[in-house]
Amino acid sequence: MRSVIFRAVAPFLTSLMVVFSIFVLLRGHNEPGGGFIGGLIAVSALAIYGIACGVETVRHAIYFHPMAIAGTGLLASTVAGLISIAARVPFMTGLWIYPSVFGLEIPLSTVMLFDCGVYLVVVGAISSIALSLEERGGE
Amino acid sequence: MDVAALTLLALALPFVAALLAPVLTRLLGHNAAWVLALFPAAIVLHFTRFWPEVAAGEVVTGGYAWIPSFNVSFSWLIDGLSLTFVLLIAGIGTLIVLYSGGYLKGHPQQGRFFSFILMFMGSMLGLVVSDSFLMLFVFWELTSITSFLLIGFDHSREAARRAALQALVVTGGGGLFLLAALLILWNVSGITQLSLLTAFGPELREGPFYLAALILVLGGAFTKSAQFPFHFWLPNAMEAPTPVSAYLHSATMVKAGVYLLMRLNPVLGGTPEWQILLPLFGGITLIIGAVLACRQTDLKLMLAYTTTASLGMLVMLTGLGFPHAIEAAVLYLVAHSLFKGALFMVVGIIDHETNARDVTQLGGLRTAMPFTFVIALAAALSMGGLPPFFGFLAKEEIYYALSGFDLRSMIFAALAILGNALMFAVAFAVALKPFVGPRIETPQTPHDAPILLWLGPALLSVKGLTAAFLAGLTHELVSTPMASAIAGAPRTVTISIIPDIGLPLALSLATVALGALFYLNLDRLRAFVSSILVDIGWGPDRGFDQFIRGLIRFSVALTRRLQSGRLDVYMTATFVLIAVVLLGVPLSYGELPRAPFFAGDVPLHELAVMAIAVIGLGAVLLAADRLTAIVSLGIQGFAVAVIFLLYGAPDLAFTQFMIETLSVVVLALVMTRLRLSHSDHRPLGQKIPDVTIALACGLGFGLMLLKVTGVPFDATLTEFFNLYSKSIAHGANVVNVIIVDFRGTDTLGEIAVVMVTGLAILSLVRLRAGSLRRIADNDPDVEERA
Repeated sequence: MRSVIFRAVAPFLTSLMVVFSIFVLLRGHNEPGGGFIGGLIAVSALAIYGIACGVETVRHAIYFHPMAIAGTGLLASTVAGLISIAARVPFMTGLWIYPSVFGLEIPLSTVMLFDCGVYLVVVGAISSIALSLEERGGE
Repeated sequence: MDVAALTLLALALPFVAALLAPVLTRLLGHNAAWVLALFPAAIVLHFTRFWPEVAAGEVVTGGYAWIPSFNVSFSWLIDGLSLTFVLLIAGIGTLIVLYSGGYLKGHPQQGRFFSFILMFMGSMLGLVVSDSFLMLFVFWELTSITSFLLIGFDHSREAARRAALQALVVTGGGGLFLLAALLILWNVSGITQLSLLTAFGPELREGPFYLAALILVLGGAFTKSAQFPFHFWLPNAMEAPTPVSAYLHSATMVKAGVYLLMRLNPVLGGTPEWQILLPLFGGITLIIGAVLACRQTDLKLMLAYTTTASLGMLVMLTGLGFPHAIEAAVLYLVAHSLFKGALFMVVGIIDHETNARDVTQLGGLRTAMPFTFVIALAAALSMGGLPPFFGFLAKEEIYYALSGFDLRSMIFAALAILGNALMFAVAFAVALKPFVGPRIETPQTPHDAPILLWLGPALLSVKGLTAAFLAGLTHELVSTPMASAIAGAPRTVTISIIPDIGLPLALSLATVALGALFYLNLDRLRAFVSSILVDIGWGPDRGFDQFIRGLIRFSVALTRRLQSGRLDVYMTATFVLIAVVLLGVPLSYGELPRAPFFAGDVPLHELAVMAIAVIGLGAVLLAADRLTAIVSLGIQGFAVAVIFLLYGAPDLAFTQFMIETLSVVVLALVMTRLRLSHSDHRPLGQKIPDVTIALACGLGFGLMLLKVTGVPFDATLTEFFNLYSKSIAHGANVVNVIIVDFRGTDTLGEIAVVMVTGLAILSLVRLRAGSLRRIADNDPDVEERA
């Protein structure tokens, strides 16, 4: 699988897919998509990168350990649920704010933070499995 | 603060103290005992406020709702019985904390010890004041657990670990009996509080579940109070440090079983079963305990066996049903707590000062330890039932109860005389022998103990004297209310230190004479009992070991059978079960779906997608090697995803695409890693059953889907989500809104599972095949060989 063309294209393909995965994640609340699907797309992107350019390159590129990413995601989702307790509403109640950035109203919510957490858990956990399998499989 | 809040605080105090104990011990060393003893002292002070009410015959209840929907409360019941127990537990507890300060002075884990013993105190207090069933059970098991921690305190010794485990198995298992008994009582009466149960007594006693409830209650009480044939754990528990023996295994915890019987006496007592079973087992325990005590030479073990005997006496008296028997049990219980606690602490002092506790290697200590000698003698006089100590009152009352002329009275009177005489001999063997006679050299030169050590036993001995001299006051505050609570009807205790001339006194004199005879011939008696035991050669203690080993053997054999450790066996079992359920249930209920209805005009593109799925499946079956098969499986998966897309489930289709892609990648990676052979080498004999199972599963799922789609679709949820997704959760994509908002807690759980699975797979991948070592499976046969 280490053809020159594949290796040359892979970084661009991967970047594109990661950007797309974030797009899918963010639009998920109103259009098909969401944290789970987005996460899976991002993992596929990393898997392609890994097959083309080797596991070390991927590990270097994502900088953090995949399990640390997954852990952050789980923490983010839990915190998103706990914020509602500070507002004296039941656990996991969605809270929304609408800050205005450069005159554009952006809806932000604990639900979005939760979905980002799902995204990170999926990316971290599954890429961790895929990367470690690729690593050992090549020996 | 009101009384209820203060009582709750008092019940929580020991646990607070347990939390503070390690820090205090680090700061103050063994002198932390002085501070920690203030906690139980405060509890004593708090509970004495109930004295006037309880002495007047009132029952004080109070508490807080705990789980109101299940009618579970945290509530207490304070009457003569529980108040006496509370004062014994907290009062002796205060002295034990002080004593532990001296006994374990300089021990590196003294803080932990304080913590354990205070936790035990809290559990025991909770147990005796509990009104609600659940609270009673929880505290009952807590005493077993804290007792386990205390017996195993010296955990580097194997004997201590074994004794701790044995006590936990026996008393904890007994707790399960209690739980079952409480469930029966609750089911029959619908009541979850002890204070309300008495009213249901007659109904329960005549009901069909009486015998079951009684046997279960006895199972709980007999294990906890070390009655025959569960008596063996108590002497083994002497592996614990002496303060523990003095506190748990003589004065308090072992009396929990007796407490339970006394508490339930008005509810379950008075029936022929009760009056046969209790005196029978109590009597056997009394004699066995007293006889085995004579055989021992270790001071602690001698006392331990007499404790078993005393518990037998208490159970016997509780069950007899004679007039005065309850009163006798009350007096004996109080007297026993005082003198046995004191004697254990004295033995601890001897052990601490001389570093020896074998009665044959001790002698002439009276000059070196005169003060300890006086304390020991006072306690032994009470144990021997001699005036003017409280033990004398107890024994007189026992003989009052037993001095009838019918056969039953005479039999139990004979048992009581024999048991008391043997205990008399042991009491003086413990408290007199080490101090008199020629001086025997000990590993350590003895001196009288420091104040922390002698204060406890001295106070208990003095208490045994004052309680007898102020008998009127003692009866008014303790004996009469307690006896009334046990009997469930007003009783008055009147016995005083001046004996009446009569049959009871004659029986007392006979006891003393017989006891003195035993004492003088103790060595011969010991040799005689030993020879009998050697002849028998088996006891419940060994039986316990055999039971545990048998249990382990059985579980090892069962595990070997069920858990082969081969993946293909597990997979086969799982899929066979699925096929049986999917096919067997509809077949046996005649619920097969009707033949599906095919619309004639299927569009061409849908047919094409289905064709792709079928081609993918065909390719899996015909694939020459595994990699091709995996990729072909992906073809089928993609086709299914397209079907989802066509039928309006873009999210599902999207996910299916990604999952298919990733599974192919991951499966291919696993393949290369496992270095499987490229093609399938299963023999035909294995292929045919595998194919059959696969077909059966497929057929089953197909039938189930047909059946499900045949049922009219209930659109309630769809309508709800469509209606509220935008207005409540501000999202148009219903699927995503359900995942992250409506059912967000589910998703939180699921991603946690994803994370944990990831970690598990990661560690599996990192395991190198060569580094796999055999995991210990507790097989006793293997351990023996090792």
